[in-house]
Amino acid sequence: MNTHPKQLLVIIGEATLEKFLVRDIKGFGAHGYTIAEVRGGGEHGTRDAEWEGSRSIRIEVVCEETVAEKIAEHVIAHYAKNFSLSLYVSQVGVIRKDKY
Amino acid sequence: MDPVVLFFVLGVVARLVKSDLRLPEALYETLSIYLLLAIGLKGGVELAKHPISTVAPQAVAIVVMGLLLPLLAYPILRFLGRLNNFDAAAIAAHYGSVSVVTFAVGLAFVTKRGIAYEEYMPLFVALLEVPGIIVGILLARLHTLKSVHWGELAREIMFGKSVVLLVGGLCIGWLAGPQGIDPMRGLFFDLFKGVLALFLLEMGLVAASRLSDLKKSGPFLIGFGVVIPVLFSFIGAGLGALLGLSLGGTTLLAVLAASASYIAAPAAIRIAVPEANPSLSIGAALGITFPFNLTLGIPLYFEIAKMLHK
Repeated sequence: MNTHPKQLLVIIGEATLEKFLVRDIKGFGAHGYTIAEVRGGGEHGTRDAEWEGSRSIRIEVVCEETVAEKIAEHVIAHYAKNFSLSLYVSQVGVIRKDKY
Repeated sequence: MDPVVLFFVLGVVARLVKSDLRLPEALYETLSIYLLLAIGLKGGVELAKHPISTVAPQAVAIVVMGLLLPLLAYPILRFLGRLNNFDAAAIAAHYGSVSVVTFAVGLAFVTKRGIAYEEYMPLFVALLEVPGIIVGILLARLHTLKSVHWGELAREIMFGKSVVLLVGGLCIGWLAGPQGIDPMRGLFFDLFKGVLALFLLEMGLVAASRLSDLKKSGPFLIGFGVVIPVLFSFIGAGLGALLGLSLGGTTLLAVLAASASYIAAPAAIRIAVPEANPSLSIGAALGITFPFNLTLGIPLYFEIAKMLHK
Protein backbone atom coordinates (compact mmCIF):
# COMPACT_ATOMS: atom_id res chain seq x y z
CA MET A 1 0.00 0.00 0.00
CA ASN A 2 1.29 3.44 -0.94
CA THR A 3 1.35 5.97 1.88
CA HIS A 4 2.37 9.62 1.98
CA PRO A 5 4.19 11.25 4.91
CA LYS A 6 2.27 13.84 6.98
CA GLN A 7 2.49 15.19 10.52
CA LEU A 8 0.12 14.17 13.29
CA LEU A 9 -0.13 17.01 15.78
CA VAL A 10 -1.77 16.08 19.09
CA ILE A 11 -2.87 18.77 21.55
CA ILE A 12 -4.16 17.74 24.98
CA GLY A 13 -5.59 20.59 27.02
CA GLU A 14 -8.39 22.07 29.08
CA ALA A 15 -11.82 21.74 27.43
CA THR A 16 -12.36 25.50 27.93
CA LEU A 17 -9.84 26.04 25.15
CA GLU A 18 -11.69 23.95 22.58
CA LYS A 19 -13.27 26.71 20.52
CA PHE A 20 -10.09 28.77 20.51
CA LEU A 21 -7.94 25.81 19.46
CA VAL A 22 -10.37 24.82 16.72
CA ARG A 23 -10.38 28.40 15.43
CA ASP A 24 -6.57 28.45 15.38
CA ILE A 25 -6.29 25.03 13.73
CA LYS A 26 -8.64 26.08 10.94
CA GLY A 27 -7.01 29.50 10.67
CA PHE A 28 -3.58 28.03 9.97
CA GLY A 29 -4.96 25.93 7.14
CA ALA A 30 -5.45 22.44 8.56
CA HIS A 31 -8.20 20.61 6.67
CA GLY A 32 -9.69 18.80 9.62
CA TYR A 33 -9.37 17.73 13.23
CA THR A 34 -10.68 15.11 15.64
CA ILE A 35 -11.58 15.80 19.26
CA ALA A 36 -11.96 13.32 22.10
CA GLU A 37 -12.77 13.91 25.75
CA VAL A 38 -10.04 12.53 27.97
CA ARG A 39 -8.95 12.32 31.60
CA GLY A 40 -5.50 12.53 33.09
CA GLY A 41 -3.13 14.36 35.38
CA GLY A 42 0.11 16.28 35.43
CA GLU A 43 1.66 19.54 36.60
CA HIS A 44 -1.81 21.07 37.06
CA GLY A 45 -3.11 18.21 39.22
CA THR A 46 -5.64 15.54 38.34
CA ARG A 47 -8.11 16.46 35.64
CA ASP A 48 -10.82 13.90 36.31
CA ALA A 49 -13.59 15.30 34.06
CA GLU A 50 -16.09 15.06 36.94
CA TRP A 51 -17.48 18.54 36.31
CA GLU A 52 -17.09 21.52 33.99
CA GLY A 53 -13.86 22.77 35.52
CA SER A 54 -11.89 19.56 35.20
CA ARG A 55 -12.68 18.49 31.65
CA SER A 56 -9.89 17.89 29.16
CA ILE A 57 -9.80 17.22 25.44
CA ARG A 58 -7.38 15.68 22.97
CA ILE A 59 -7.30 17.23 19.50
CA GLU A 60 -5.61 15.38 16.66
CA VAL A 61 -4.69 17.16 13.46
CA VAL A 62 -3.13 15.49 10.43
CA CYS A 63 -1.51 18.12 8.23
CA GLU A 64 1.60 19.35 6.42
CA GLU A 65 4.67 19.82 8.58
CA THR A 66 4.68 23.61 8.08
CA VAL A 67 1.04 23.87 9.21
CA ALA A 68 1.68 21.71 12.27
CA GLU A 69 4.63 23.92 13.18
CA LYS A 70 2.61 27.13 12.87
CA ILE A 71 -0.27 25.75 14.95
CA ALA A 72 2.06 24.43 17.66
CA GLU A 73 4.03 27.68 17.89
CA HIS A 74 0.85 29.72 18.14
CA VAL A 75 -0.74 27.45 20.75
CA ILE A 76 2.39 27.45 22.91
CA ALA A 77 2.80 31.22 22.64
CA HIS A 78 -0.81 31.95 23.57
CA TYR A 79 -1.94 29.29 26.01
CA ALA A 80 0.98 27.32 27.45
CA LYS A 81 1.74 29.83 30.20
CA ASN A 82 -1.65 29.72 31.89
CA PHE A 83 -3.36 26.49 30.84
CA SER A 84 -2.59 22.85 31.30
CA LEU A 85 -1.44 21.80 27.87
CA SER A 86 0.49 18.97 26.27
CA LEU A 87 1.64 18.89 22.62
CA TYR A 88 3.47 16.35 20.52
CA VAL A 89 3.97 15.49 16.87
CA SER A 90 4.70 12.30 15.06
CA GLN A 91 5.16 11.26 11.49
CA VAL A 92 2.25 9.32 10.01
CA GLY A 93 1.56 7.79 6.61
CA VAL A 94 -1.74 8.75 5.01
CA ILE A 95 -3.39 6.94 2.13
CA ARG A 96 -5.09 9.91 0.45
CA LYS A 97 -2.49 12.68 0.40
CA ASP A 98 -4.77 15.44 -0.93
CA LYS A 99 -7.20 15.07 1.94
CA TYR A 100 -4.79 16.63 4.48
CA MET B 1 -30.53 18.50 58.41
CA ASP B 2 -32.43 18.21 55.16
CA PRO B 3 -32.04 14.74 53.64
CA VAL B 4 -30.73 16.27 50.37
CA VAL B 5 -27.75 17.57 52.34
CA LEU B 6 -27.12 14.04 53.62
CA PHE B 7 -26.63 12.97 49.99
CA PHE B 8 -23.94 15.64 49.73
CA VAL B 9 -22.30 14.34 52.91
CA LEU B 10 -22.41 10.81 51.45
CA GLY B 11 -20.53 12.07 48.38
CA VAL B 12 -17.90 13.78 50.52
CA VAL B 13 -17.43 10.68 52.68
CA ALA B 14 -17.22 8.41 49.62
CA ARG B 15 -14.43 10.56 48.18
CA LEU B 16 -12.55 10.87 51.49
CA VAL B 17 -12.51 7.09 51.98
CA LYS B 18 -11.36 6.75 48.34
CA SER B 19 -14.43 4.81 47.21
CA ASP B 20 -14.55 3.97 43.51
CA LEU B 21 -17.95 5.70 43.27
CA ARG B 22 -18.06 7.88 40.18
CA LEU B 23 -21.13 9.30 38.48
CA PRO B 24 -20.94 9.35 34.68
CA GLU B 25 -20.11 12.80 33.37
CA ALA B 26 -23.15 12.70 31.11
CA LEU B 27 -25.36 12.27 34.18
CA TYR B 28 -23.77 15.27 35.90
CA GLU B 29 -24.46 17.30 32.76
CA THR B 30 -28.05 16.05 32.50
CA LEU B 31 -28.83 16.70 36.16
CA SER B 32 -27.40 20.21 36.06
CA ILE B 33 -29.40 21.05 32.91
CA TYR B 34 -32.53 19.71 34.61
CA LEU B 35 -31.99 21.72 37.81
CA LEU B 36 -31.31 24.99 36.00
CA LEU B 37 -34.35 24.56 33.74
CA ALA B 38 -36.65 23.47 36.57
CA ILE B 39 -35.67 26.43 38.76
CA GLY B 40 -36.12 28.80 35.82
CA LEU B 41 -39.51 27.35 34.89
CA LYS B 42 -40.86 27.58 38.43
CA GLY B 43 -39.71 31.18 38.70
CA GLY B 44 -41.20 32.05 35.31
CA VAL B 45 -44.62 30.64 36.17
CA GLU B 46 -44.68 32.72 39.36
CA LEU B 47 -43.30 35.80 37.64
CA ALA B 48 -46.34 35.82 35.35
CA LYS B 49 -48.54 36.40 38.43
CA HIS B 50 -46.74 39.59 39.52
CA PRO B 51 -46.82 43.03 37.93
CA ILE B 52 -43.49 44.25 36.50
CA SER B 53 -43.81 47.39 38.63
CA THR B 54 -43.36 45.31 41.83
CA VAL B 55 -40.52 43.17 40.57
CA ALA B 56 -38.47 45.70 38.55
CA PRO B 57 -37.30 47.95 41.44
CA GLN B 58 -36.33 44.86 43.47
CA ALA B 59 -34.43 43.50 40.47
CA VAL B 60 -32.47 46.75 40.07
CA ALA B 61 -31.52 46.80 43.76
CA ILE B 62 -30.41 43.19 43.57
CA VAL B 63 -28.20 43.82 40.52
CA VAL B 64 -26.57 46.70 42.41
CA MET B 65 -25.85 44.28 45.26
CA GLY B 66 -24.30 41.89 42.70
CA LEU B 67 -21.99 44.67 41.52
CA LEU B 68 -20.98 45.65 45.06
CA LEU B 69 -20.18 42.22 46.55
CA PRO B 70 -16.99 41.59 44.51
CA LEU B 71 -15.84 45.16 45.24
CA LEU B 72 -16.04 44.31 48.95
CA ALA B 73 -14.30 40.95 48.56
CA TYR B 74 -11.44 42.21 46.37
CA PRO B 75 -9.59 44.44 48.90
CA ILE B 76 -9.86 41.72 51.56
CA LEU B 77 -8.26 39.20 49.20
CA ARG B 78 -5.66 41.62 47.89
CA PHE B 79 -4.52 43.26 51.11
CA LEU B 80 -5.46 40.88 53.90
CA GLY B 81 -4.85 37.71 51.90
CA ARG B 82 -1.89 39.21 49.99
CA LEU B 83 -3.04 37.55 46.80
CA ASN B 84 -1.95 38.91 43.44
CA ASN B 85 -4.32 41.09 41.40
CA PHE B 86 -5.50 38.25 39.13
CA ASP B 87 -6.21 35.73 41.88
CA ALA B 88 -7.94 38.35 44.06
CA ALA B 89 -10.13 39.50 41.15
CA ALA B 90 -10.95 35.93 40.11
CA ILE B 91 -12.00 34.91 43.62
CA ALA B 92 -13.99 38.15 44.00
CA ALA B 93 -15.86 37.27 40.78
CA HIS B 94 -16.76 33.80 42.11
CA TYR B 95 -18.09 35.26 45.37
CA GLY B 96 -19.90 38.11 43.60
CA SER B 97 -21.75 35.63 41.40
CA VAL B 98 -24.09 32.99 42.84
CA SER B 99 -24.52 29.24 43.15
CA VAL B 100 -27.80 27.94 41.75
CA VAL B 101 -27.54 24.66 43.65
CA THR B 102 -27.02 26.45 46.99
CA PHE B 103 -30.18 28.42 46.14
CA ALA B 104 -31.98 25.14 45.39
CA VAL B 105 -31.00 23.77 48.81
CA GLY B 106 -32.15 27.08 50.35
CA LEU B 107 -35.49 26.60 48.57
CA ALA B 108 -35.75 23.09 50.00
CA PHE B 109 -35.00 24.55 53.46
CA VAL B 110 -37.75 27.20 53.42
CA THR B 111 -40.26 24.89 51.67
CA LYS B 112 -39.75 22.15 54.27
CA ARG B 113 -40.49 24.63 57.06
CA GLY B 114 -43.53 26.00 55.25
CA ILE B 115 -42.04 29.53 55.17
CA ALA B 116 -43.53 31.73 52.45
CA TYR B 117 -41.17 33.31 49.91
CA GLU B 118 -41.45 35.32 46.69
CA GLU B 119 -41.71 32.45 44.24
CA TYR B 120 -40.32 34.52 41.37
CA MET B 121 -36.92 34.59 43.11
CA PRO B 122 -35.24 32.49 40.40
CA LEU B 123 -35.30 35.73 38.41
CA PHE B 124 -32.91 37.17 40.97
CA VAL B 125 -30.67 34.10 40.67
CA ALA B 126 -30.37 34.72 36.92
CA LEU B 127 -29.75 38.43 37.50
CA LEU B 128 -27.07 37.80 40.12
CA GLU B 129 -25.02 35.38 38.02
CA VAL B 130 -23.56 37.99 35.69
CA PRO B 131 -22.68 41.29 37.47
CA GLY B 132 -20.14 39.76 39.87
CA ILE B 133 -18.28 38.15 37.00
CA ILE B 134 -18.10 41.39 35.02
CA VAL B 135 -16.83 43.35 38.02
CA GLY B 136 -14.24 40.63 38.71
CA ILE B 137 -12.97 40.83 35.13
CA LEU B 138 -12.83 44.62 35.30
CA LEU B 139 -10.82 44.43 38.53
CA ALA B 140 -8.36 42.01 36.93
CA ARG B 141 -8.01 44.02 33.74
CA LEU B 142 -8.17 47.55 35.13
CA HIS B 143 -4.74 48.42 33.76
CA THR B 144 -5.12 46.62 30.45
CA LEU B 145 -8.74 47.27 29.52
CA LYS B 146 -7.93 47.63 25.83
CA SER B 147 -6.66 44.06 25.62
CA VAL B 148 -10.03 42.61 26.63
CA HIS B 149 -12.09 41.09 23.81
CA TRP B 150 -15.45 42.20 25.15
CA GLY B 151 -17.52 40.70 22.33
CA GLU B 152 -16.15 37.23 22.91
CA LEU B 153 -16.43 37.66 26.67
CA ALA B 154 -20.00 38.91 26.56
CA ARG B 155 -20.96 35.79 24.63
CA GLU B 156 -19.17 33.62 27.15
CA ILE B 157 -20.84 35.28 30.15
CA MET B 158 -24.32 36.02 28.82
CA PHE B 159 -24.75 32.79 26.90
CA GLY B 160 -23.02 30.36 29.22
CA LYS B 161 -25.23 27.33 29.89
CA SER B 162 -26.37 28.39 33.35
CA VAL B 163 -27.64 31.80 32.21
CA VAL B 164 -29.21 30.39 29.01
CA LEU B 165 -31.06 27.64 30.89
CA LEU B 166 -32.19 29.82 33.80
CA VAL B 167 -33.34 32.69 31.62
CA GLY B 168 -34.74 30.27 29.03
CA GLY B 169 -36.71 28.45 31.76
CA LEU B 170 -37.96 31.77 33.17
CA CYS B 171 -39.17 32.88 29.73
CA ILE B 172 -40.86 29.56 28.95
CA GLY B 173 -42.53 29.50 32.38
CA TRP B 174 -43.60 33.13 32.04
CA LEU B 175 -44.99 32.66 28.51
CA ALA B 176 -46.67 29.32 29.18
CA GLY B 177 -48.12 30.24 32.58
CA PRO B 178 -49.29 27.71 35.19
CA GLN B 179 -51.72 25.93 32.85
CA GLY B 180 -49.17 25.55 30.06
CA ILE B 181 -46.58 24.08 32.38
CA ASP B 182 -49.05 21.82 34.18
CA PRO B 183 -48.51 18.75 31.94
CA MET B 184 -44.77 18.97 32.74
CA ARG B 185 -45.32 19.37 36.47
CA GLY B 186 -44.51 15.72 37.17
CA LEU B 187 -41.07 15.97 35.56
CA PHE B 188 -39.96 19.46 36.46
CA PHE B 189 -41.57 20.08 39.85
CA ASP B 190 -42.44 16.75 41.51
CA LEU B 191 -39.12 15.07 40.75
CA PHE B 192 -37.09 18.15 41.65
CA LYS B 193 -35.99 17.15 45.12
CA GLY B 194 -34.94 13.65 44.11
CA VAL B 195 -32.85 15.01 41.25
CA LEU B 196 -31.34 17.60 43.57
CA ALA B 197 -30.35 14.80 45.97
CA LEU B 198 -28.63 12.87 43.18
CA PHE B 199 -26.85 16.00 41.98
CA LEU B 200 -25.68 16.77 45.51
CA LEU B 201 -24.20 13.27 45.80
CA GLU B 202 -22.08 14.10 42.75
CA MET B 203 -21.24 17.55 44.15
CA GLY B 204 -20.06 15.92 47.37
CA LEU B 205 -17.56 13.88 45.36
CA VAL B 206 -16.40 16.95 43.43
CA ALA B 207 -16.20 19.25 46.47
CA ALA B 208 -14.15 16.74 48.46
CA SER B 209 -11.69 16.48 45.56
CA ARG B 210 -11.21 20.27 45.62
CA LEU B 211 -10.15 20.26 49.27
CA SER B 212 -6.64 19.08 48.40
CA ASP B 213 -6.22 22.19 46.20
CA LEU B 214 -6.47 24.35 49.29
CA LYS B 215 -3.69 22.63 51.20
CA LYS B 216 -1.16 24.69 49.23
CA SER B 217 -2.96 28.01 49.65
CA GLY B 218 -2.86 28.14 53.44
CA PRO B 219 -5.41 29.07 56.07
CA PHE B 220 -6.42 32.47 54.67
CA LEU B 221 -8.68 31.13 51.94
CA ILE B 222 -10.26 28.60 54.26
CA GLY B 223 -11.17 31.42 56.67
CA PHE B 224 -12.27 33.61 53.75
CA GLY B 225 -14.53 30.83 52.46
CA VAL B 226 -16.43 30.77 55.77
CA VAL B 227 -16.32 34.40 56.97
CA ILE B 228 -17.19 36.15 53.70
CA PRO B 229 -20.41 34.18 53.11
CA VAL B 230 -21.59 35.07 56.62
CA LEU B 231 -20.75 38.76 56.10
CA PHE B 232 -22.40 38.77 52.69
CA SER B 233 -25.48 37.05 54.09
CA PHE B 234 -26.03 40.09 56.33
CA ILE B 235 -25.96 42.29 53.21
CA GLY B 236 -28.40 39.99 51.40
CA ALA B 237 -30.74 39.71 54.40
CA GLY B 238 -30.50 43.47 55.03
CA LEU B 239 -31.43 44.23 51.44
CA GLY B 240 -34.24 41.68 51.54
CA ALA B 241 -35.71 43.31 54.64
CA LEU B 242 -35.25 46.77 53.12
CA LEU B 243 -37.08 45.71 49.95
CA GLY B 244 -39.92 44.36 52.04
CA LEU B 245 -39.44 40.74 51.00
CA SER B 246 -41.09 38.01 53.07
CA LEU B 247 -39.06 36.07 55.65
CA GLY B 248 -38.49 33.27 53.13
CA GLY B 249 -37.48 35.75 50.43
CA THR B 250 -35.11 37.53 52.82
CA THR B 251 -33.54 34.18 53.77
CA LEU B 252 -33.11 33.22 50.12
CA LEU B 253 -31.55 36.57 49.24
CA ALA B 254 -29.12 36.06 52.14
CA VAL B 255 -28.34 32.58 50.75
CA LEU B 256 -27.74 34.04 47.29
CA ALA B 257 -25.44 36.78 48.62
CA ALA B 258 -23.51 34.20 50.65
CA SER B 259 -23.13 31.69 47.82
CA ALA B 260 -20.21 31.51 45.41
CA SER B 261 -20.52 30.51 41.77
CA TYR B 262 -18.93 27.34 40.48
CA ILE B 263 -20.56 26.97 37.06
CA ALA B 264 -20.77 30.38 35.37
CA ALA B 265 -17.81 32.11 37.03
CA PRO B 266 -15.10 29.44 36.58
CA ALA B 267 -15.87 29.11 32.85
CA ALA B 268 -15.89 32.85 32.18
CA ILE B 269 -12.93 33.68 34.43
CA ARG B 270 -10.77 30.89 32.98
CA ILE B 271 -11.05 32.60 29.61
CA ALA B 272 -11.07 36.24 30.71
CA VAL B 273 -8.41 36.01 33.43
CA PRO B 274 -6.29 32.97 32.51
CA GLU B 275 -3.45 34.25 34.71
CA ALA B 276 -5.51 33.49 37.83
CA ASN B 277 -4.93 30.11 39.44
CA PRO B 278 -8.31 28.32 39.18
CA SER B 279 -7.51 25.94 42.02
CA LEU B 280 -7.66 28.87 44.47
CA SER B 281 -11.04 30.27 43.41
CA ILE B 282 -12.66 26.90 42.79
CA GLY B 283 -11.03 25.39 45.89
CA ALA B 284 -12.52 28.13 48.07
CA ALA B 285 -15.93 28.30 46.34
CA LEU B 286 -16.49 24.58 45.97
CA GLY B 287 -14.24 23.06 48.65
CA ILE B 288 -15.13 25.41 51.53
CA THR B 289 -18.05 27.78 50.89
CA PHE B 290 -20.40 25.34 49.16
CA PRO B 291 -20.23 22.66 51.91
CA PHE B 292 -20.34 25.35 54.62
CA ASN B 293 -23.45 26.96 53.14
CA LEU B 294 -25.22 23.63 52.71
CA THR B 295 -24.63 22.39 56.23
CA LEU B 296 -24.28 25.35 58.63
CA GLY B 297 -24.74 28.43 56.46
CA ILE B 298 -28.37 28.15 55.35
CA PRO B 299 -29.79 27.59 58.89
CA LEU B 300 -27.60 30.49 60.09
CA TYR B 301 -28.83 32.80 57.29
CA PHE B 302 -32.38 31.92 58.25
CA GLU B 303 -31.65 33.12 61.80
CA ILE B 304 -30.00 36.30 60.45
CA ALA B 305 -33.01 36.89 58.20
CA LYS B 306 -35.35 36.43 61.17
CA MET B 307 -33.30 38.95 63.15
CA LEU B 308 -33.33 41.59 60.40
CA HIS B 309 -36.86 40.94 59.25
CA LYS B 310 -38.58 42.23 62.38
